[in-house]
Amino acid sequence: MTSMLLSLSKITKSYQTAEGPIQILKGIDLQLARTESVALTGESGSGKSTLLHLAGGLDRPDAGTIVVNGRDIGALDDSGRARYRRNEVGLVFQQFNLIPSLDVAANISFHAKLAGRFDPDWEHELMQQLGLSRLLARYPEQLSGGQQQRVAIGRTLAARPSLVLADEPTGNLDEATGDAVLDLMLSLSRSAGSALLLVTHSMRLADKLDRRVVLRGGRIVA
Amino acid sequence: MKQAAFLALLSHWRHRPLQLVTLILGITLATALWSGVQAINAEARASYARAASILEQNGLPQLLPRDGGSIPTAVFAKLRRAGWSVSPVIEGDYRFGPVRIRLIGVDPLTLPNEGPAFPISGSSEFVDFVHGGGQLVVSPATAVRLKDVAAMPLKVSGDIPDDAAFTDIGVADRLLNRRGALSRIVMAPEQRPDLPALETVAPELTRQSAGDRPDVARLTDSFHLNLTAFGFLAFVVGLFIVYSATGLAFEQRRATFRTLRSLGVSLRSLTAMLIIEITSFAFVSGLMGVVIGYFVASALLPGVAATLRGLYGASVPGALSLRPEWWLAGMAMAVAGTALSSVQSLWQVRRMPILTAAQPRAWARASATALQLQSLAGAILLGLAISMAWAGSGLASGFAVLGGLLLGSALLLPAFLSKSLQLAEGRSRKALTVWFWADTRLQLPGLSLALMALLLALAANIGVGTMVSSFRLTFLGWLDQRLAAELYVTARDEDEAARLRDWLPQHSNAVLPIWSIEGNILGDQLQIFGVADDSTYRDHWPLIGGTAGVWDRVAEGQGALVNEQLWRGKGVQPGQTITLPGEWPVAVVGVYSDYGNPRGQVIVGLDALVRHYPNVPKLRYGIRVDPAAAADLKRQIVQEFGLPGSNVVEQDSLKRQSRAVFEQTFAVTGALNVLTLAVAGFAMFASLLTLSGIRLPQLAPVWAMGLRRRDLALLEIARTLALWLATFVAAIPVGLALAWVLLAIVNVEAFGWKLPMTIFPADWLRLGAVALVAAVLSVLLPVRRLATVNPADLLRVFANER
Repeated sequence: MTSMLLSLSKITKSYQTAEGPIQILKGIDLQLARTESVALTGESGSGKSTLLHLAGGLDRPDAGTIVVNGRDIGALDDSGRARYRRNEVGLVFQQFNLIPSLDVAANISFHAKLAGRFDPDWEHELMQQLGLSRLLARYPEQLSGGQQQRVAIGRTLAARPSLVLADEPTGNLDEATGDAVLDLMLSLSRSAGSALLLVTHSMRLADKLDRRVVLRGGRIVA
Repeated sequence: MKQAAFLALLSHWRHRPLQLVTLILGITLATALWSGVQAINAEARASYARAASILEQNGLPQLLPRDGGSIPTAVFAKLRRAGWSVSPVIEGDYRFGPVRIRLIGVDPLTLPNEGPAFPISGSSEFVDFVHGGGQLVVSPATAVRLKDVAAMPLKVSGDIPDDAAFTDIGVADRLLNRRGALSRIVMAPEQRPDLPALETVAPELTRQSAGDRPDVARLTDSFHLNLTAFGFLAFVVGLFIVYSATGLAFEQRRATFRTLRSLGVSLRSLTAMLIIEITSFAFVSGLMGVVIGYFVASALLPGVAATLRGLYGASVPGALSLRPEWWLAGMAMAVAGTALSSVQSLWQVRRMPILTAAQPRAWARASATALQLQSLAGAILLGLAISMAWAGSGLASGFAVLGGLLLGSALLLPAFLSKSLQLAEGRSRKALTVWFWADTRLQLPGLSLALMALLLALAANIGVGTMVSSFRLTFLGWLDQRLAAELYVTARDEDEAARLRDWLPQHSNAVLPIWSIEGNILGDQLQIFGVADDSTYRDHWPLIGGTAGVWDRVAEGQGALVNEQLWRGKGVQPGQTITLPGEWPVAVVGVYSDYGNPRGQVIVGLDALVRHYPNVPKLRYGIRVDPAAAADLKRQIVQEFGLPGSNVVEQDSLKRQSRAVFEQTFAVTGALNVLTLAVAGFAMFASLLTLSGIRLPQLAPVWAMGLRRRDLALLEIARTLALWLATFVAAIPVGLALAWVLLAIVNVEAFGWKLPMTIFPADWLRLGAVALVAAVLSVLLPVRRLATVNPADLLRVFANER
């Protein structure tokens, strides 16, 4: 158990809506080893993104424990979870969520600098690999969707997080671009020594990862 | 269907009540300050017209002496004998103890019926009026002031302006010691057709047509223009809020517009609904604005009345009347201003394709081209302002310089801030600091209108504050020079004055008569003072310029001094000869500063004054005495002559009164400054609140990367303060330039005097502190929202599903 990077145990989570509370996750148990890549699949509304947010310290579970690097992040206060996000996790979203006021170079180095792990050589290598070297002075609004997602991946991996959480990172990209982006992400995650938990609808993409977990009705079914 | 569509449009406001409040308050504040100022102006102008109609009978043609002096009774008699329907008037300033009033002596028997109704009716009132003992017809306020000091019966009439008294011409002749010398002659508008020509009967008189604008209305034009400028500034700042709020509301409803149009609502119907909606808001807010404006005006009017009295001697009642035209004008401004602020948004709706995507930030994102164009327009306006300051002349030109300076600077502000932020970003090394400056630059288009409003308010405060403080410093120094005598005594009548003249020299170091008459000089009614040949004047009188041996020539009766107003206003230069009333040519030998006096003034030697005008009232005296003995001498004078204490004034007391008048004079300006700053603070609040609603997508990624909500909130405060500081720094040179324009151009044109400019950095710090508090207050609510934002709201930015 101690060799696991991420360990989720008996996680439940519900949300309040106008119609009353809706339980999204109903007792999830999941482990992720260091440098392992796992695809989280399931239908819309099955709780994939919620699970990712909990693992990323963006939200808290109603019950259960989330242990990352041997520490229960569910027990952390606001500052502790902010530190956790800054130092141990990298997040990649479908909407890219780049910082519109910063150019590509500043966006990529932003998280690494916040975490105090800025490494110019590694960043240079990432930019080369991601094909962003010529776009460094551009702003997010001047990039295509595929380019923006490559920047988002670069930003995440530049910080060398131990855990990368990606929520449908290719969902806004065409198939060919999506494949290329995912291949890059897998290869670079390995180079960075990061584990990857990736949410996707696509079985084809899920097959590229080490393992696949299927979520249905708030429970892991496979 | 239309009703359902309209209700769908209106439902936006139910979900965003704060936005609705912002919009309503924006229109309300803009209308309130504008209509408040206009109410004051309308009241003052109506008062001038009423006063002129009653006091000067300016609804009737008049005959005035060509030489600016007086009209002998014989000339009046000649006109009457020739058949002209004319009536004599004797008028002048008269002191009842400490109360100085305008005394107007009329002849009720010959006064034309066509003039303003004279407040005497019935035979018993007529007998009281012409009775030898005399009767003064005065306003209720003047009656209160005269109650204990005028030994004459008073009759109160609501038609008479304050600080004036009507009396029988015989009484006025006696009190003013005119010995039959008339001031003017009033003519009936209808005269017999077969009369001999006026030029033949009375060639020494000149005819003035009816309906001329009263002097005081001309004099106070600049003051009212100043008030209007302030009102307009506040109105523009209020419209910035309206523009910002309507822009956001329209942008946020783009999806609704698209849906409504997809469901068959025509573009024409949609536009009509939006116009009805915005007009309704304008109408309701305008109504509230006019009501608040009435209360603002009521609160400010006593201050304005004091200012007008202090600066121009104009009398305006301290109470406000409700005028329908003012209500209508206020409502029209509210509707027109709202329409102007919304026209761009409406135009965008008309041009919007049905399937266009919503761009929640498009309204706030000014393109680089737009910023360049705005900066270019600002630079052109500044250039024009500089050219006009250098080459222009006249009051209108002065205000054009002010307008160009303020608007040009405001337009240049966003570019200045953008460059400053770019510079700060370039010099930063830490990721968070780089993001902070870059993100601040991204917010700039959404905040620029509010910041421009803040710049205008701060610059106006610094400019007007510098002008007032410079004026205060100069005025106090000047007062010390001018009020050199230790005691000032006013006799109650000429006999008492004669006894004082005998008694005072044995009990003081010097006696300085303060004698003056009024007369027409170079076309205006001015005061002519006589001064004794005394070292007090030679040592203390504040001369701006003069020829050699100024005081010797004045003492010898060969020269006259003119005040700065006459020098600048009429271009009277030392060395030039001017003609005083009674065809008395005298050489101008010097110019002296005379702050606070709206009119021209001439000083001649005392002996020469008495020689040319033997009837000059000789009631007032300045007394030089050892300062330590002043209080004792005052007591002796009161005991010896039975004079009321208020007729013997010590120097300190007089200076204190003058300072109080000065401070009161600029109280209104201070109040308007505060109001403008308050509106600008609200504009800042409205913009920050607006932006806070669309900030989450920009802040959520930074939060996800490990910044706490509290940190983000603190950075938001720092961002607002950084922008406030940059705007404040920019406002200082603009404010100083504004002060220079006010002191060197507008004041010279408006009042006739020029003041040295002094800089008061401590005042800026005080203003900066007030503006800082306003900035912090404006950001508190948006920041509190951010600090306590539900993480679920931040997550929604990332979530594709749950």
